[in-house]
Order: sequence, then structure tokens, then C-alpha cells
Amino acid sequence: MLLELSSDQEIFRDTTARFLTSRVPISEVRSLRNHPAGFEPDYWREGAELGWTSLLVSEEHGGGSVSGGGLVDLTTIAHEFGVHAAPGPLVPTNVVAGTLSTFGGEAHRPVLESLLAGTSVAAWCFGPAVDTDGRGPAGPRCRIADGEVVLDGVQRPVEAAGQAHHILVTARAEGGLTQILVPTDTAGVSIEPMRTADLTRRFAAVTFDGVRLPVEALVGEPGDADELLEYQLQLAVVIGNAEAVGALQTAFDMTLQWAFDRYSFGRPLASYQELKHRFADQKTWLEACHAVNDAAAAAVDDRSPDAKELVSAAKAFIGDYGSELVQDCVQIHGGIGVTFEHDLHLYLRRVTVNRALYGTPADHRQRISTVLENRKERV
Amino acid sequence: MTDAIEDVESFRLRARTWIRANLRPLEPHETLAPTLALPVQTEEEELAALARERELQRMIFDAGLAGIGFPREYGGQGLTTDHQRAFNAEIVGYEYPARLQAPTFSPCGAVLLDFGTEEQKRRHIPAILKGEEIWMQLLSEPSGGSDVAAALTSAVRDGDDWILNGSKVWTTGASTADWGLCLARTNWDVPKHRGLTVFILPIHQPGIEVHRIEMLNGSTEFCQEFLTDVRVPDSDRIGDVDGGWTVGTRWMFHERMLFNSPFVSIPVGTSPGEVGAASIVNVARDTGRFDDRCVRDLLGEAHMLELVGQTLRRRIGRGVAAGRISEQSAAITRLFAGVSSARKATIAFEIAGPAGAAWTADDGAAASCGDDFLMRQTSCIGGGTTEMARNVISERVLGMPRERTPDRDRPFRDVPRSASNRA
Repeated sequence: MLLELSSDQEIFRDTTARFLTSRVPISEVRSLRNHPAGFEPDYWREGAELGWTSLLVSEEHGGGSVSGGGLVDLTTIAHEFGVHAAPGPLVPTNVVAGTLSTFGGEAHRPVLESLLAGTSVAAWCFGPAVDTDGRGPAGPRCRIADGEVVLDGVQRPVEAAGQAHHILVTARAEGGLTQILVPTDTAGVSIEPMRTADLTRRFAAVTFDGVRLPVEALVGEPGDADELLEYQLQLAVVIGNAEAVGALQTAFDMTLQWAFDRYSFGRPLASYQELKHRFADQKTWLEACHAVNDAAAAAVDDRSPDAKELVSAAKAFIGDYGSELVQDCVQIHGGIGVTFEHDLHLYLRRVTVNRALYGTPADHRQRISTVLENRKERV
Repeated sequence: MTDAIEDVESFRLRARTWIRANLRPLEPHETLAPTLALPVQTEEEELAALARERELQRMIFDAGLAGIGFPREYGGQGLTTDHQRAFNAEIVGYEYPARLQAPTFSPCGAVLLDFGTEEQKRRHIPAILKGEEIWMQLLSEPSGGSDVAAALTSAVRDGDDWILNGSKVWTTGASTADWGLCLARTNWDVPKHRGLTVFILPIHQPGIEVHRIEMLNGSTEFCQEFLTDVRVPDSDRIGDVDGGWTVGTRWMFHERMLFNSPFVSIPVGTSPGEVGAASIVNVARDTGRFDDRCVRDLLGEAHMLELVGQTLRRRIGRGVAAGRISEQSAAITRLFAGVSSARKATIAFEIAGPAGAAWTADDGAAASCGDDFLMRQTSCIGGGTTEMARNVISERVLGMPRERTPDRDRPFRDVPRSASNRA
């Protein structure tokens, strides 16, 4: 998160921080482990009133940002989600809300309104935006004929598919990538819950078996979703990263405090130079995680030409170095760090799951090399 | 006349227009290869290059673009780090006086600005900004390494003068510099940090003998100086007598902040003393390995490290400038730069393949990767080791307990020292 927020951003962030502290303290997060949705509907509705789902939505549609940069503002909320290991589908709901506001047209307005009000959440099928080297399913396909879209295929994992009323799907059509907003109660849609390393977020495998929808369900121009998907991926990565950085910040702060409090051989852990140097590395990585994701968020808000490489650099760096950071926090805690009783694993889970979603660090390094390759001139 | 300063965008346009009209665009080969150490040059070549740089600096001065962060009354522009950053973006791909930037403008110029008397500033800063004075730092000593405050070079009062004796090392450009900033011991009866004083002195004088040091890659850029009865007037003292550590702390802060300084021009995307990610791309092209998925992974990593390093420098620079975090946080950028530069040198060497072992000029960007790999650790040693940075971060930024320091509270003359430096 930025070292300096504006006073408006600070009030905005702090309101969510206080809400999460009172509504989902760590004890509550633990008990949500067996909750089918991972969160209570009124929790999400009250969060939506605090602005959780409106920042990427235009003012004309009832949204609006705090600072003019909606994604940067949203990263302050995502950061607090990480700090509190908070439940709720922040990434997919915002990606879908932002998309519907910009490209959705009148037909999707009621869905957008329900997302803004927090009375429903949305899922987003991360499509083939990242070259994953042929791993995983090819993703759904669709045909458009006679005023209808017919959708087939499987997508997994899809966050909050079991809780969402709508899923935004990217499918391959004859003309190219196409996006469709699919109500989850449509015939032919089946949602199979998956197990996950996160305690409160829910993922599912979604199967589309001859799903028929009117063409009004399309979002944007059919066959023309490549740029849209790229933009959605950038949003998802930046929000997920901000959440991971919040979790890293808490894990680091906890571990540093532990190093002062824990005595071994008659002296605090914090007095051992070997550990001090590891904390110095951790602190450096942590500041770097903040820095690169904040720069990526601003670049996406500004539609800057370097947004793609910054977003992928942030994902690759936070994925790799963030994992090392939080695992080293576990190491410094020792055995207690791998118990369910200790809080550390709540942050470890958040960082771990976010690393694996929306392209691994290796996938994003490939994306960066593609950006480099496309630079024609030698530098 | 108003106090409002030129806005960044109009400054950027002014700089761009002037740069394009007056400076020579670089040829591709001039920025081709990863360059870790400074190129190996003969003394004649070095002097010719420097004469050209003085000329360029004078042109920049006359154009009203020199000394962006220096106050106007000393010939600077009185502008900010944001203006400097805009200039750094515009200078990319053009010839510019690279060697004058550090250590002349910063830390030396910056330290003069912070601690110099009015007379010292008026005498030296305009001359520095016109390219007339090139400066060097007389800081490290053969006995000291990272322990800069343990300086053994002595300064003894003699009437209105001081007499300096001792040796300094790891200086750059001693044969071409005009002036030096020197840390010396003025009091041996107090703990080490409290007996130091900073002086300025002309380099070309009989009492200073300069020896070049040959590095393992053949570069002779670094020097060692021997000072024998060098007389410095008290008017060339910087800061208080025995107040040298106050100056020295700020001096090293400026050194760590070079990449985020309002005093220094460094083209965006280049990191002097580092293997740049862009040049590693050229290694992949010149070895025909761009399509190798493993190589692409390494290229992605190198570029990632570079982007993260840039954004980290900006975060820490702004945080320090705004007073949100302590100046000691500069050690965070130093640690990251050192470690990531070493990693990039390894990546370049890996991609170069057998051309890292043996090469000809036909190998293009791959040709220097073997030498650069040999010099890899310089990024973690020069300008304060990464171990020192880790100490600073853990102790000064995170507040963890200090290491045991037997030298802290006793007169410096009683502090144990290395076998080779015992009297």
C-alpha cells in the first residue's frame, strides 16, 4: 500500500479496517471454516455500503472512486482484506462490476445494481489470458446463431461460483474470444465445489453443458474480448496482489514482534545477527512488494503502456518473494507456526492461494518476456 | 517574479527540445552490452572522454538545465526530484556527461550544499555545475572496509591549517579529479564517531600520491591515494571540528540515494554499475536463444527485478522526502539493488552459454558476460556491503538490538585493530 494516502483515502481505508476488525476478528475467521459460503450475506451487504464494489464503476452507474484512480483506491480495501484475512469475493465481484459498468450496456444494468448494493456477488471465469503452456483445460467454447449463444466446456477453479448469481465467462467462438454473463441458475450450468487451501474463500469447478442464452447475455462485442480479458486480468492480479501484500504485512509484523518476545539461550531471537539479516531481507522484499503493486495499480488506472509488464512483474515478484517471506515467518516461529491454533497460517493461506491464481509467477515471467520480445528496437 | 517553480511537464518539454536539438543520439553499439565495470580505457582515452564530458556539462549549464536540484543562487535550477526524474526520462538514448554525475554532483556537491559555508558553496557549486571541477571521495581506507568511522587518516592542527597524513582507497577518477572530500581523524581520545572531521582539498598537489588498482577484469578505474603532510587551510573544513560523523552520515545517505536524487542524472532504465535487463535481452538475441522457454523465464525474471527495483527506489525516495520513513531506509534500496544486480549478472552469464567462457567480438552482447560474472559481487560490496545494509535495516529501521560494539564507548586510540594496522 502507498506510504502516503490522501486524507480521503485514509478515512476510506480506515472505515473498512474498523469494520473488518469488529465483524470478522480472527476468531470469527476461524469459525467460518465450515460455513458453506465463507461469509454471511449481511456482512457483504454492509461492506458494499462501505464502497467495496463501487470503485471500478462509473459515477453515472452509481459508483465512483475516492481519488480519481478507482483501482488504487480498491487496493487499500484489498490490503485490509489481507491484513484481516477477511472473507468475501472481492476480486471477482469487482472485476465483473467494473466490466459491466464499462462494457455491459443497459441489459446488464440490474445485475450491476445488485453488485453495487451487495445483494449479490459475481464470479469471473479467468479465461485463457495467460499462456499456461498447455496445462489445464482449454476453457469453454461458444456458438452464436439465431439470436442465441450456446456455451459448452469446463472452467476451474472459479472463485465464488457457488455463491454468485452470475458468472462472467470467456469462451472461444469462431470469431475469437467472447464474453457472456451467465446466470448460475441457467439450465446446463453445474457447479461442483472444490477443496481449497483458503479457509473462507470458496472455489468451484463450473461445467457448461449446452447452455443456451439470448444474445443479450453477451458482454462487449463477440469475438473481440482479448483486450477486455487482458484488462480484467490486470484488475484481478492487482487486487489479489494488494490482498497478498496486506497478509504479508501482518505476517511480517507478527513475526518481528515474536522475535522480540521469544527468548532462547537467554536472549531474544531479535538479537541474533543471522535472524536480523533475514528480517532485513524480509523487510526489503515486503517494501518491494508494496512498491511494485502500487505502481502497477496506478499504471492500470492510467491505462499506461507499461501496465502489462508492471502487473506481471508484481504478480511474479509477490508470488515468489512473498511466498518465501511468509514461509520464512513460519520458520522463525518454529513448530507453533504450523499449528491451526496460531494465526500465522491464515496469512500463509491467503498468500499461497493468491500466488497460484490468475497465472503463476512463471506464467507471468513468460508474459514479461513477450513484452520484451515485442519491443522491436534494440535498447 | 514569483516563488512558483516551473511545473514538471513544461520543464520536461523544455529539456526534450533542447536535448534533441543539441545532444548526439547514441549509436546502438554504445549501449549494446551489459556493462558491470567501467570500460577498460587507456589514460589518454579516459582524459579525452572526460574533456568531452566537461564540454557537454558546460552546454547543459548554459541551457539552464544543470544542477536540477541545486538552488538557483549557486547556479542550479532550484527544482525537485520529480523534475530530475523527467530529465532522466528525456536523456535516454543521448550522449550525456555520465562520469560527472557521481561522485561529483552527489555525494560531493550535495554534501557541500548541506554543510558548506556560504563562501565554500559560492566557490565550488557553480564550478561543479559548469563542469569545471570534478570531485572525488576520500572516504574508505585500506584498514576499514565497511567500518568507515574507524578512519586512521589523521588531521593535526597547525596554526590556521591542518596537516593530513594517511591513505584512502576505492576512489574513482583520482587521476582526473580536481578536488576531493576527505574524512579524517582529528581526535584520538574520544570514541570513533566523535573524533572525525571532513575537509576538502585539491587532488593535484605534491603531498598526494595516486596508485591505480588493477581489478580482476583489467579495469584500472579504482585508485589508492597516499597523503603525506598535506596542508589544508581551516577555511576548507566542512562542518564542525570533530563533527565529521554528522557530515559522514549525510554523505553516505546521498550515496545510497543516488538513483533517487534531485542532483544526479541517470537515464531511466539504466543502472550504472549493474547489468541492465535490456542488455540481457540483447544477449538472448545475439545467442539466438530468445525462443527457448527457459531463457524467456530468465528474461522475465531479470526485467521483473529491474521494474521492482525502480518502483522500490521511488517508494523509499518519496517516503524519505515526505518524512514518512527514516533516512536509514535508504539501506533497503541499497540491499535490493546489490542482490538483484548480482542475480542479473548470473542470468546474463547463464543465457550467454559457452560464450560466457570464451568469446570473440562477433558474439555481440554475450561477449562480456563472463567478465561481468567474475565481477558479480561488486554490486554487493561497493558503496557499503549488503551485510552492512542488513545491519542498518535490522537495527536502525526495525529497531532490533545492536551488535556488540567494543569500539563504541572507548577512546579510539584504545580500540583493537587489525594486525596490519597496529602501531
